[in-house]
Amino acid sequence: MFYREAGAFKTNYAADMALYPLPITRWAVVATAVLFIVIAPMFFGEYVVSLLNLILIAVVGALGLNILVGYSGQISIGHGAFMSVGAYTAAHLVVALHLPFWVTIPAGGIMAALVGLVVGIPSLRVKGIYLCISTLAAQLIIEWTINHVQWISGGVQASIQIPRPSVFGVALVHERQIYLFLLAFAIIAIVATQNLVRSRIGRAFIAIRDQDIAAEIIGINIFRYKLYAFAISSFYAGVAGALESYYLGIANYEQFQIDVSIDYLAMVIIGGLGSVLGSVFGAVFVTLLPVVTRIVLDSAGRVFFSYSDLLSLVPNLRLVMFGGLIIFFLVVEPDGLNRLWGNIRNYFRMWPFSY
Amino acid sequence: MGGFDWGFTFVLVVNGVMVGLMYALIALGFVLICKATDVINFAQGEFVMFAAFIAAGVAGAGLNFWVAALVSIIGMVALGFGLERVVLRPLIGRGIIAVVMATIGLAAVLRGVAVLIFGPDTRAITMPVGDMPINLGIVSVPPAQLAGAVVSIIFLAVFSWFFLKSRVGVAMRAVADSQQVAMAMGINVRRYFALAWAMAGVVSAIGGVVWGAMLGVDNQIALVGLKVFPVVILGGLDSIVGAIVGGLIIGVVENLAAGYFDPVVGGGTKDFAPYLVMLIVLMIRPEGMFGRRRIERV
Repeated sequence: MFYREAGAFKTNYAADMALYPLPITRWAVVATAVLFIVIAPMFFGEYVVSLLNLILIAVVGALGLNILVGYSGQISIGHGAFMSVGAYTAAHLVVALHLPFWVTIPAGGIMAALVGLVVGIPSLRVKGIYLCISTLAAQLIIEWTINHVQWISGGVQASIQIPRPSVFGVALVHERQIYLFLLAFAIIAIVATQNLVRSRIGRAFIAIRDQDIAAEIIGINIFRYKLYAFAISSFYAGVAGALESYYLGIANYEQFQIDVSIDYLAMVIIGGLGSVLGSVFGAVFVTLLPVVTRIVLDSAGRVFFSYSDLLSLVPNLRLVMFGGLIIFFLVVEPDGLNRLWGNIRNYFRMWPFSY
Repeated sequence: MGGFDWGFTFVLVVNGVMVGLMYALIALGFVLICKATDVINFAQGEFVMFAAFIAAGVAGAGLNFWVAALVSIIGMVALGFGLERVVLRPLIGRGIIAVVMATIGLAAVLRGVAVLIFGPDTRAITMPVGDMPINLGIVSVPPAQLAGAVVSIIFLAVFSWFFLKSRVGVAMRAVADSQQVAMAMGINVRRYFALAWAMAGVVSAIGGVVWGAMLGVDNQIALVGLKVFPVVILGGLDSIVGAIVGGLIIGVVENLAAGYFDPVVGGGTKDFAPYLVMLIVLMIRPEGMFGRRRIERV
């Protein structure tokens, strides 16, 4: 109905290579941007905005993991550890040197990227299962190192407090203020990923994912591009980790344990492997899942269970739903929410004359 | 340090061997699945936990230990069959990411369901072996641990024989080697996939009962799943001998490391050392000590 390719005539190369070639897409992007930049912070309550904040952080991390898993086909169970590297780097720079966020957040990303490069080195020799297990090892070793090395962990609690970032001298203490801050990072991450995956590097990633030996034969330096994938993905993770610790006001290794890595993998799978929009959907879905579970159980569950039962019920029910959804999507809809969205869009493309 | 403390080291090694045999048994469940179906089962620890919960639940209802163990085995066989049917079979032929993520999802489901059914409290399984420590020279070992080691040895021997000699075992190896050729030879590949999961269920049930008797049953038991990876990588993903040798080595290494380095770095070495060993193996010889080297063609 609204989504039509017809009538969009490209008369020069610039129009053909535009990020959003169709007018309808451009309008949709503008409308979404207005919704999230202007309307959301004005009308949503404090709690909803705080949920949006968590989602925005997850979007950055999920995009990074999707570059690695979805676009280059290298599975990684160490995303949480890379986030912790970014978080602790940023936290130390803030506390020790009082650097502003526009130094510390990229620095956290770069540090995570360097660690990611090291972790990515085995990807030349090992792949598939073995790579998966070696990233698991990386996750556990990084976790252990942060926890046990005093000058990294910053003391017995292994946590470092950081103040909220300030922009133009204004400290972002309110949820709505930091929302716009996080939104800026999420938008940068989305647009950067959209451009990355259609560049030379992104196409090389996709070639490696689809058939790495064939990719090597047509002249792609597999080792270099696999390392790029690890570095870029870890950079996103580091930025997400730094953002999260800025948002929560504390960097703690317990925020970034293996279940976080699995959460991010779930976002990428549920959202859709190899899709930017899918990463966003996945981030929204996985972040909201426990919240919705709790709200539903709080309202409906009181009828059946006592309050103390509910407290132990919620996290376990969340685990069951979480795992069940991963399996459901893998078995029933391997391309994730992104495919569902695509199906809806395609249905309405010719509607009401779909034949 | 003054003289080298041989006694201390001996104690650590004996404990390591005991734990290592348990690791070998649990890793065996992993290897069975990997060998026959090429699936990396990230839910192995949860299998063990679930089996322990079933056994503890039955024993908690006042029934005999042997009945509890039997129910646990039957339950896990049913679970293995069911999961293969519902979760893994639709994923045959899909990429490694899909299968790995499916087993990770499975792990989450099992962990949640176990607590939802059996409750969050720690339960106990008591093996009918008494609790007087048995004296072995300069070390004394709890009988539950010794019984666990004996059970492990028996089952490892049985499964080794099974794969080398029995008709079903040979057929399973054929399936693992090449599904297409096995199919052409008249082997029902799907049935053997299901059988592999059921057998992994049996092994996990035994591992769960013994491990649960040693540690007490709660969802922390699933953490043993994280020890499986170093064991199987060291031994080779598709080798039963590898699981045994790998289990023993990892058990001894982690005990020695914990005994000597924990005082220096302040704990946690036990979880760290196996992964260090594993990383070294991955760098030098990814297919492990006894694993089959995979050659890839376009």
